[in-house]
Amino acid sequence: MRLSDAPKGAQAVVQSVTDAHPSDPIAQRLRDLGFVAGEPVRLVARGPLGGDPLLIQIGSTRFALRKTEAARVEVFVGGAA
Amino acid sequence: MSAIAMRVALVGNPNCGKTALFNQLTGGRQKVANYAGVTVERKEGRFVAPSGRTLHILDLPGAYSFDATSPDEAITRDVCHGRYPGEAAPDLIVCVADATNLRLHLRFVLEVRRLGRPVVLALNMMDAARRRGIVIDVEGLSRRLGVPVVETIAVKRGGAKALMERIDASVPEVAPAPIDEADVEQLHAEVRSILADTVKLPRDTVALDDALDRWALHPVFGLAILATLMFFIFQAVFSWAQPVMDGIEAGIAALGNWVTGFLPADSALHSLLNDGVFAGLGAVLVFLPQILILFLFILVLEESGYLPRAAFLLDKMMFRVGLTGRAFIPLLSSFACAIPGIMATRSIQDPRDRLTTILVAPLMTCSARLPVYTLLIAAFIPDHAVWGVFNLQGIVLFALYFAGIFSALAVAFVIKRMRKDKSEHALIMELPSYRLPNVRDIGLGLWERALIFLKRVGGIILALTVLLWFLSSFPGPPPGATQPAIDYSIAGRLGRMLEYVFSPIGFNWQICVALVPGLAAREVAVAALGTVYAMSGSDDAVASQLGPVIAHQWSLATALSLLAWYVFAPQCMSTLAVIRRETNSWRNVAVAAGYLFGLAYLASLATYQIARALT
Repeated sequence: MRLSDAPKGAQAVVQSVTDAHPSDPIAQRLRDLGFVAGEPVRLVARGPLGGDPLLIQIGSTRFALRKTEAARVEVFVGGAA
Repeated sequence: MSAIAMRVALVGNPNCGKTALFNQLTGGRQKVANYAGVTVERKEGRFVAPSGRTLHILDLPGAYSFDATSPDEAITRDVCHGRYPGEAAPDLIVCVADATNLRLHLRFVLEVRRLGRPVVLALNMMDAARRRGIVIDVEGLSRRLGVPVVETIAVKRGGAKALMERIDASVPEVAPAPIDEADVEQLHAEVRSILADTVKLPRDTVALDDALDRWALHPVFGLAILATLMFFIFQAVFSWAQPVMDGIEAGIAALGNWVTGFLPADSALHSLLNDGVFAGLGAVLVFLPQILILFLFILVLEESGYLPRAAFLLDKMMFRVGLTGRAFIPLLSSFACAIPGIMATRSIQDPRDRLTTILVAPLMTCSARLPVYTLLIAAFIPDHAVWGVFNLQGIVLFALYFAGIFSALAVAFVIKRMRKDKSEHALIMELPSYRLPNVRDIGLGLWERALIFLKRVGGIILALTVLLWFLSSFPGPPPGATQPAIDYSIAGRLGRMLEYVFSPIGFNWQICVALVPGLAAREVAVAALGTVYAMSGSDDAVASQLGPVIAHQWSLATALSLLAWYVFAPQCMSTLAVIRRETNSWRNVAVAAGYLFGLAYLASLATYQIARALT
């Protein structure tokens, strides 16, 4: 499922990052920041208005990602794709 | 030992402490804070190493990757690749990494290593890493990376000693780091493998951060905490400052009386010092305590790491109107003064979002509008209780503040609709660990802020005040003149001319005259109105006597129209000057001044005509 749809608090593992359009700089940046296959991530919190942005923990770092940004990240949650 | 100074560049991820290390090495005082993107330009310093060699140190903006996505990251990339105009590639790159966050930072270290230049890795924040029980095998890390590794604590005095010795002593022997070609997946795999071999991490996060964030980012409590905090800051800025401001005012008045006491009361010099220098500068100087209190809060918030959290909470709302959560910090400072607010937009890395924020920042009600608002409200709005609990004067004041905020959001929305570039711009914002602010850093920050302000008062504001006095004093009235002296002066004639433009919005010629010096700073308009109404005395005396005079002479419609004018009008040349400096474009200054004056005129026209029809 998409990281933007992941349940709050659940441990997930990155499957891939998809380019929203050819040579998508945001997808590239996400990969640079460590969103690569096999990396564990966790959705820590959702923003107060419409659940946007999302607070994502990856390694020791927390990033605020907008839903559209997090939607580029495909994750496994607890074995479900 | 070469005669040519060696060039050393500090690079690394945002918020890893490069600037703090730079300050340690060079004795500099560049701004440091606890959020990503404090440094947005390349800064240069030098120090003489113990060996006697001179070293050039470059502090570069933080970057997550050489695949730059923002202008400040591009600077770092270009300098490191030796492509920055007028700048040779650095002889040595000091790659700074946060020891508590190596999972993220090591990847960029590997990217820097691929440049094939001599690299030293500085593991910064080693104190925090030890507190968290993180054990790093420094020898092993150095072996795996093939570059020298030193530990640093940039916030502690002497915390960069090892780095300084390393740069100085062993530089000639530092071999260019091995080059390898790897794609992003391989880089991450290498980072994982290095970490597994050399770093013991008890847990990924700090328990305190998790606990604080559960409250600070909670959908309900988080917003409540933010609102309470903002309310508290406003209260503090207005109430704590008052006694000090009264003291400064009294002190300036006493000094003015003492100095001018030696001069004949009707001499031009007496008038220049009394009405020009002391009344004018005093009116501005009085805002120093407010500015310092606001900056105290801003510095503490910056150091603590809370500001990115506030940006997180508000991003959605600000995104809808075409801003970004990152704009929260600059817009907050604009309530004190748009000038530091506009300077703070440097932390917005996206140039499009940054320009929008700069253009709407002057709509935030800055403290210089308060004297004008207070004067008019006290003179025209009855001191009625509304629904038993609220005060009508207070409600009008709040309405003026909200008019500013609302129009800023509306203007941002219009800019969003107008711009052709609809591409998606990322938030992707790192939330740092919380940190206890350092008292010494805060003290230094406030001291520098005070110096900047005093230089401004002593420079441009003094010059304009003296100029204004001349314009309203000369030429003097002809012999046998029946009108007040100001009618014959340049300022008086100018007012009569401007009246043609401003009579549709209800301004008389006296207001028009006051608007001209009020261009320098809004609060000057109060003093200028006093002068125009042929009064003398200190700013305070003018303000308290001016009230009844204008209440008698102006219509309610004129007063409301002037209030509406001050919500919008860019009556502040310093703001326009800082827009020019920060955006490096006169066009943006023209756009800002044009739309703000346009809105001011329309708002005043509507207010005046409606109020006149109703009364």
